[in-house]
Amino acid sequence: MKIMNCPLNGPRNISEFAYGGEVKPTPDAQAPTQEWADYVYYHANQPGILREWWLHVPTSYWFIAERDVTTDRIIATFKPEEVLR
Amino acid sequence: MPLVLIKHALGLSRPKRQLPAQKELKSSYDVVIVGGGGHGLAAAYYLAKDWGVTNVAVLEKSWLGGGNTARNTAIVRSNYITPEGVRFYKESMGLFETLSQDLDFNVMYTKRGHLTLAHTDAAMRTMRWRAEVNKHLGVQSEVVDDKDVARIEPALNMSRAVRWPILGALHHPVGATARHDAVAWGYAQRAAEMGVEIHQGTEVTGFELSGGKIVSVQTTRGKVGCGKVLQAVAGMSSKVAGMAGVTLPIRTIPLQACVSQPLKPFLDTIIVSGSLHCYIWQSQRGECVMGGAVDPYPLQAPRSTLDFKEGLMAHMLELIPGLADVPLMRQWAGLADMTPDFSPVMGKTSLENHYIDAGWGTWGFKATPVCGKRMAECVATEKVPDILSAFRFDRFKNFEQVGEAGAASVGS
Repeated sequence: MKIMNCPLNGPRNISEFAYGGEVKPTPDAQAPTQEWADYVYYHANQPGILREWWLHVPTSYWFIAERDVTTDRIIATFKPEEVLR
Repeated sequence: MPLVLIKHALGLSRPKRQLPAQKELKSSYDVVIVGGGGHGLAAAYYLAKDWGVTNVAVLEKSWLGGGNTARNTAIVRSNYITPEGVRFYKESMGLFETLSQDLDFNVMYTKRGHLTLAHTDAAMRTMRWRAEVNKHLGVQSEVVDDKDVARIEPALNMSRAVRWPILGALHHPVGATARHDAVAWGYAQRAAEMGVEIHQGTEVTGFELSGGKIVSVQTTRGKVGCGKVLQAVAGMSSKVAGMAGVTLPIRTIPLQACVSQPLKPFLDTIIVSGSLHCYIWQSQRGECVMGGAVDPYPLQAPRSTLDFKEGLMAHMLELIPGLADVPLMRQWAGLADMTPDFSPVMGKTSLENHYIDAGWGTWGFKATPVCGKRMAECVATEKVPDILSAFRFDRFKNFEQVGEAGAASVGS
């Protein structure tokens, strides 16, 4: 079983987590719909090491993981406030 | 040496080479096709055959049909749910019908019948909706009840004493399978005969852009100029488009499959359950070809997991309990281009001469002929054919999705 280290709950089975997409700047709430469409639907989706949103489903806790999306190696996980200031 | 061999050795007749020997790359081509899978080769064939465009190079980083063309589970059907999808796949099945004759190459197209099982009242309602859309567009498709399911495919477990009993199904009598490698090889041979150059072991490493156009393609064997570029590299679409500075509405997610050891023929029909995320058919060699849902998160590498097999078999053993004693023989994964609406992306991109064939998610193989034919038309005429327009690259910018809940492995 693959294990992910949740910043809140510690090491847990990967099946407890849900993927939430690449970390990228959120458009302003008043931004044109085009900008929101880009944000929601278009992704860089490149190989390499990425920062991604993940959810620990049982505790509804969102956090950020750094993962190599070519090898599926989880490098580090962070509380969002550690990354987004 | 036996006489019969000597006679042939001394004679002039030799087996014909199937593909011409690979030449050096020319300095430029009218059309460069990136990706030598079924889609790219089909596009090359129809460019030459329908439009007389033969100054074409197909660039393949490894060998022909070695990517997702060889990794899908070879099912061909047209019973989707959106009118756009149904129309598109109906045309594809029409081309598949006569493909062996057209290519003079046996693609082993075999009609088996296809059952999409329903385990809940909600799923039965969806099946009725799909059947109506299908029939309206002239596709053979009918909702059948549990008694009919048992008659059509006696191998299925019709017991009500399971977690998800079979209540009925969408029956698609023309559902078929075809040999996926043969489709790629057939298109390759006939395209090469018409003058298309096929370059294997030639990886594209970049594009040179000038004034909103791709002017040349960098490869591991040097640079080639290009009139137009068609990329057909599902699984690597974002990477290749990224080289041209184009961002796609795609996430790359592995889709896994496996086959059992060969068994005596017991399963005639192709069985799919959207709710249980599993499907199975028995190949001509007797192997049960099985697949499930796409992986739960994106990854750019085709690897297999135990989680996939556990999830798949938990449901599969309810459908066909006898499989419990059958060893698995092989497992693998392909890289699926998943779009937000589960429909593909075809046509032109934001660059003037860059054409894209991507976003195939879980339904690429069965589109090979129609996509090749229509993308060839799109490239040759520089106009997007009607049948492709709903799948255009920038539809998400205006929130114009084509929600394809009839896609295998992702629908519910």
